[in-house]
Amino acid sequence: MKNWLLAILLAWALPALALDTLTPAPPAGPAAREAPPTAADPEIEQRLVKLATDLRCLVCQNESLAGSHSELAEDLRREIRDQMRQGKDDNEVIAYLTERYGDFVLYRPPFKPVTWLLWLGPLLFLGIGLAIWYVVLRRRRAAAPDTVDASALAAAARILEEKSDK
Amino acid sequence: MIPELGNLALILALLLAITQAVLPIWGAQTGNATLMRVARPAAQGQFAFLLLAYACLLHAFVINDFTVVNVARNSFSQLPVVYRVTATWGSHEGSMLMWVLMLAFWTLAVSLFSRRLPEDMVARVIGVMGVISVGFILFLLATSNPFLRIHPAPLDGNDMNPLLQDWGMIIHPPMLYMGYVGFAVAFAFAIAALISGRLDAAWARWSRPWTTVAWAFLTLGIVLGSWWAYRELGWGGWWFWDPTENASFMPWIAGTALIHSLAVTEKRGTFKAWTVLLALSAFSLSLLGTFLVRSGVLSSVHAFATDPSRGAFILGFLVVVIGASLALYAWRAPRMISGGDFTWFSRESLLLANNVVLLAALGSVLLGTLYPLFMDALGLGKISVGPPYFNAVFVPLIAPALFLMGVGPLARWKDASLPDAVTRLKWALAIAVATGLLLPFTLDGFNPWASLGFFLAMWIALSVLVAFRDRLKHAQGPWLERLRRLPRGFWGMQLAHFGLAWGVAGITLVSNYETERDVRMEPGSFTELAGYRFTFVGSEEYEGPNFVAARATIEVTQDGRRAFTLRPEKRIYNASGMPMTEASLHPNFFRDIYVALGEPLDDSHTAWAVRVYHKPFINWLWIGAALLVLGGFLAASDRRYRIAVKPETVPAAAGLKAQGA
Amino acid sequence: MKRWLPLLVFLILAGFLAKGLFLNPREVPSPLIGKAAPAFSLPVVGNAEAAFTPESMRGQVWLLNVWAPWCVACRQEHAFLMQLARSGAPPIVGLNWKDKSREADALLARTGNPYRAVPDDLDGRVGIDYGVTGTPETYLIDRDGIVRLKHVGPIDESAWNKKFEPKLKEIGT
Repeated sequence: MKNWLLAILLAWALPALALDTLTPAPPAGPAAREAPPTAADPEIEQRLVKLATDLRCLVCQNESLAGSHSELAEDLRREIRDQMRQGKDDNEVIAYLTERYGDFVLYRPPFKPVTWLLWLGPLLFLGIGLAIWYVVLRRRRAAAPDTVDASALAAAARILEEKSDK
Repeated sequence: MIPELGNLALILALLLAITQAVLPIWGAQTGNATLMRVARPAAQGQFAFLLLAYACLLHAFVINDFTVVNVARNSFSQLPVVYRVTATWGSHEGSMLMWVLMLAFWTLAVSLFSRRLPEDMVARVIGVMGVISVGFILFLLATSNPFLRIHPAPLDGNDMNPLLQDWGMIIHPPMLYMGYVGFAVAFAFAIAALISGRLDAAWARWSRPWTTVAWAFLTLGIVLGSWWAYRELGWGGWWFWDPTENASFMPWIAGTALIHSLAVTEKRGTFKAWTVLLALSAFSLSLLGTFLVRSGVLSSVHAFATDPSRGAFILGFLVVVIGASLALYAWRAPRMISGGDFTWFSRESLLLANNVVLLAALGSVLLGTLYPLFMDALGLGKISVGPPYFNAVFVPLIAPALFLMGVGPLARWKDASLPDAVTRLKWALAIAVATGLLLPFTLDGFNPWASLGFFLAMWIALSVLVAFRDRLKHAQGPWLERLRRLPRGFWGMQLAHFGLAWGVAGITLVSNYETERDVRMEPGSFTELAGYRFTFVGSEEYEGPNFVAARATIEVTQDGRRAFTLRPEKRIYNASGMPMTEASLHPNFFRDIYVALGEPLDDSHTAWAVRVYHKPFINWLWIGAALLVLGGFLAASDRRYRIAVKPETVPAAAGLKAQGA
Repeated sequence: MKRWLPLLVFLILAGFLAKGLFLNPREVPSPLIGKAAPAFSLPVVGNAEAAFTPESMRGQVWLLNVWAPWCVACRQEHAFLMQLARSGAPPIVGLNWKDKSREADALLARTGNPYRAVPDDLDGRVGIDYGVTGTPETYLIDRDGIVRLKHVGPIDESAWNKKFEPKLKEIGT
């Protein structure tokens, strides 16, 4: 029991060691200046990054709109920022982009009849797999546990005793 | 002269491969011992010539012979020697040559370590590997010859892609290919068993160590790729579900299912047809991966410069090899009689459940990767399937498999007792549930995904400890002695599972609790993150061997005391003009501090956009992966694979042994 | 019979992969086809007073060619566009996309101008409205202002004959 308690305490202590502060410590040194965030509006920027991570950079070979350095990606991020500043919500921004670029720009495929198989496929695979598991087990269930010969059991017990005496 | 020698060596290797492919199999079919004995020397000769060919290409790169097209396209006179060496496998042609060399290496290994196998089996296995070699060497000679020359030679090369100029890239491809190609051995064993009709527990025992070693290499290769991406790409991500990543992940999942399924077939003689099918599938998925990455059918950052004619060749080869193997399977399937019953709660049923879940996950990755192609081919438009899909689908699917990992190893074969398992595991379950439920609240509040991750990691880890405790309880002697006497198969399995748990813990922590700051910095300014203060001291320019760089110096302090200094860089490579971010990392057991330079904010390059990341427990990912790989190698080196056991001497009534753990 | 299932599944998969060799995963169909061409009003290169709007082309079938002076493939296409302009094909309007260095005017003077008008899309906003991802891209717009066709990449003889001619016949020119 003691060992288990130790294990729990250790496991719980560890994450805390890394995440000692999620709030910043007070600044030291009067001469230093706090660096301003790169983005003019950090809140919108956070929304932008979160949304753009799930959008595709259209001129890259499979990169997200958030990470790409290409010019078109910069332009599109600028557009999205403008839209967000105008108060549009995430769905409206997505609609804006898909009207112009189609569903290709979304890394999260929309749920429509043509993608039903995509989204429901995994569930289907699991379902089929579980059905097969069930069927196989039905067939293979041991009829009855093997009845053990009493003398064989005694012989086995003797062997075990001999071994433990060594 | 040397490149021509290399080309000649390649042709000779092809001739030997043809010999290796045809004669031994024919010999095995007709019972001709002489023909069967051709297998080993042919394989060894093929390897020797391929090694020679590879050495010739290496020579061309090292001496900067730009008359060779491959060198001109992928190297540069100022490229440091170590990268000139890795450039041999940095291109489509070069990496294909490495692929073929690796296959010859595995065949060589089979020819050397198969003394105790029946001759006809060895002949068939080496023969099948020879067929695959023939296909790929032909592919090289016909469409992707690395020894092509160009006259007049350019003055200098096009340079290696700067992203590849990192030592993660030095070991990642060779390890990956060792794994990819290594599954060909299991494939060949399966084909040999199908042809000979001899599909028994012995076949499973022979296949197991080869498969496990290949799997361990593939794991290592994938993880190295991930680690490289994390350090080099500058945004701290380590998995993107890119088609190329998926191309290596799919054979890995199949391989994992295979090593577990082989365990059942070896111990109990059940699941024969299924295991054979998995063995065929694992290598087929490797071949599919090779096709996807080199044909241009899917769009990926990682894809080689592509050419539909090459794609057509590989696809043709795929259809022949995979089609023939599956046809052989269908033909021979009725002959595979499986013995052994088992109950609802037994190791067999749990391993079957493991396979079901893994295959569902594999199917999902395959579906997601190919769905855009399916839709486009049917004229239904173009979509993208990216990380949001895969993360949404994969995580819920893999969770049950991870849960089973805590129960399976403790269950007996044939008929395990559920009450017994509950008794042994109830504390582990209670603690894991408690950790899952409560730990997130001590960190950052309610977080169901983090809860799931913590629960699973703790559950598996504790289950491993329970397994050790129970195993050692009945043993005798001092602790260390008892531990040492445990078979390597046991150690390997527990270590691998424990490593996976550690990795899951790391993934859960870093994915849910990482933080970053994106700020404009100039000399004197500072920012704070996770208790550290980052002060931008200044930046300077310097010249590297084949690039020009701007390097910033950032002092990091903690509680007012100096902790360390970071020096992120922005490089422009001379030959290609390509910009690259070299992030600066400060790792330790508990977290990585990661700083990358963005764009310069003014023309004088004194002010910069800087991104600072705090990645808690990211290194647990690599540690866990290392244990996973180590566990694999350990398990493969178990004594029982190295002891000769002739099939005749194994008593018919296997009794306790068949039930043993 | 289920033993033939793996082979069957594989062959179907191989069929798709074979088809895939003939497709281009980067070529994206435009969602604007069948919809009204997005409206805009841009100054014209060479004449800052004048403005161009798609409205002004109502009643005729026309081509909107998105190009840029810095675009190499556009130079390749240029000769063919000159030929089109002379031959009585539908009028071509050349959208000057993100021409930061202001070279369009000089370039057209030097190489010849196949365009009816050259609206100047400096910041690329109109390009985004049209779903432009690079140059050259060309849209075929009908009399009612509906987009009927989008072609990505330079137009050459074969592309014109295979894609544009049949569409023009369909619309009725």
